[in-house]
Amino acid sequence: MIHLSIQKKLQGAEENMRLEAAFSVKEGEFIALRGKSGSGKTTLLRILAGLEDAQGKIIVENETWLSKVATLPPQKRRIGFVFQDYALFENMTIEQNLLFVQKDKTLAAHLLELTELTALKNRYPNALSGGQKQRVSIARALMKRPKILLLDEPLSALDPQMRNKLQNELLTLHKEFGTTTIMVSHDPSEIYKLASRVIELENGKIIHDGTPKEVLLKTQGSQKFSFEGELLEIKKVDVIYVAIVAIGQQLVEVVISTNEAKTLKTGEVVRLSTKAFSPTISHS
Amino acid sequence: MIEALQNIEFTPFLISFKLATITAFVLFCVALPLAWYLSQTRSKVKPFIEAITALPIVLPPSVLGFYILWAFAPDSALGAFFEDAFGVKLAFSFTGLVVASCFYSLPFMVQPLQSGFESLNKNMLEASYVAGKSKFITLFKVALPNIKPSLLTAIIVTFAHTVGEFGVVLMVGGSIPGETKVASVAIYDMVEMMDYTSAHIYSAIMVLISFVVLLGVYIFNAKQVRRFGL
Repeated sequence: MIHLSIQKKLQGAEENMRLEAAFSVKEGEFIALRGKSGSGKTTLLRILAGLEDAQGKIIVENETWLSKVATLPPQKRRIGFVFQDYALFENMTIEQNLLFVQKDKTLAAHLLELTELTALKNRYPNALSGGQKQRVSIARALMKRPKILLLDEPLSALDPQMRNKLQNELLTLHKEFGTTTIMVSHDPSEIYKLASRVIELENGKIIHDGTPKEVLLKTQGSQKFSFEGELLEIKKVDVIYVAIVAIGQQLVEVVISTNEAKTLKTGEVVRLSTKAFSPTISHS
Repeated sequence: MIEALQNIEFTPFLISFKLATITAFVLFCVALPLAWYLSQTRSKVKPFIEAITALPIVLPPSVLGFYILWAFAPDSALGAFFEDAFGVKLAFSFTGLVVASCFYSLPFMVQPLQSGFESLNKNMLEASYVAGKSKFITLFKVALPNIKPSLLTAIIVTFAHTVGEFGVVLMVGGSIPGETKVASVAIYDMVEMMDYTSAHIYSAIMVLISFVVLLGVYIFNAKQVRRFGL
């Protein structure tokens, strides 16, 4: 079990805010941390890792990591941290990056195999693609057999296919190593696929804590479809108004009434929903 | 001309290079922890330390030389202490020259190292801490190998700068042949005595050596950029 209850003053985007978070995590849970940028997600991870100080308490399996009297340095916490920018040791080959953490050749070979990096093990990070670097970073974080694996938006810089592949790898590794994983992510499909629990932060406070279904699924009542998107443009076509909405990677056109055209503003985040018909799903 | 070349006395060059080698070595040991500290600290004293470190760049060598000479004098506290405790005479001696050169060349060692450390990805250092490595191991296994160009620049520029110093050396060391008469001072003496042939030969050698050394640094750095994308 991990018990965490921390407070820290943050320099927010607009004003100073306080990060106040308290929650417990069961062993082996996969938690997704979401929230707008500047809501304190990365800071929360860094506090858990011991890279930033804070007030409060962190207790991991009866071991005190943070309390009023003492802070356990990051070196002594059994954590793996995957940075958003990979942060590989540029002067070492891929294999050396892993072995630097722990001189365990068998484990390194196994992790390289799992992440399909065996053929690249003698290369330097500079010669790898973004997806490969991120795999090295994940493998490196697991070299210490951490109790907690912390991932700071690990897949956000990758293209959708690579994301998909790495999501599966992450899930495999999480299960095999039995770590408790906390991952910052913005992508609902990624969260749904990987996480068993979602914690959402806003201005340093937890506003949602539940299963991905409870937190992410936004249809209510009899709604069949409900999408959140950005309103890009409202066009007048003859007598009607057409709104262009970006939903995920796709653009859709929706006919709207004159009244709606007046109240909606371009750039707004809007919800698009329908009740009247049954959706059909087919191969794309 | 050939006769002049045969008669050339190389001792001043040897002293210059000996002085520069020792200075670069001593300064590396002193400046490494200092540069690391400056790159990592958020302390309010940082600007003060930085300003003091950079002083030798802006001060006229004569000012620096004067103060050092004053401190080294046998009747000053420091000079007397060294003479009594170690039997070392600092003023007008090679040991004194090394100490003076270390002050004079300090910024040339500290600044490239510091900016090298500051340009490192902070997350990379943190990844090492999270991996359980101490600050000491992180400095030597992660930070230093990743700033090789800065490291080489710091050492070579310190070396070259010490070879090229004149004012401080002249004031603190004088021009004692075989002891404190370095190449730059030797050239000055030759010009004073209107021995232009020797001055030409000495100067040409200095230009050549300096050029080759700097060329070597730039070639190495270009290779590093290609290899590691540093």
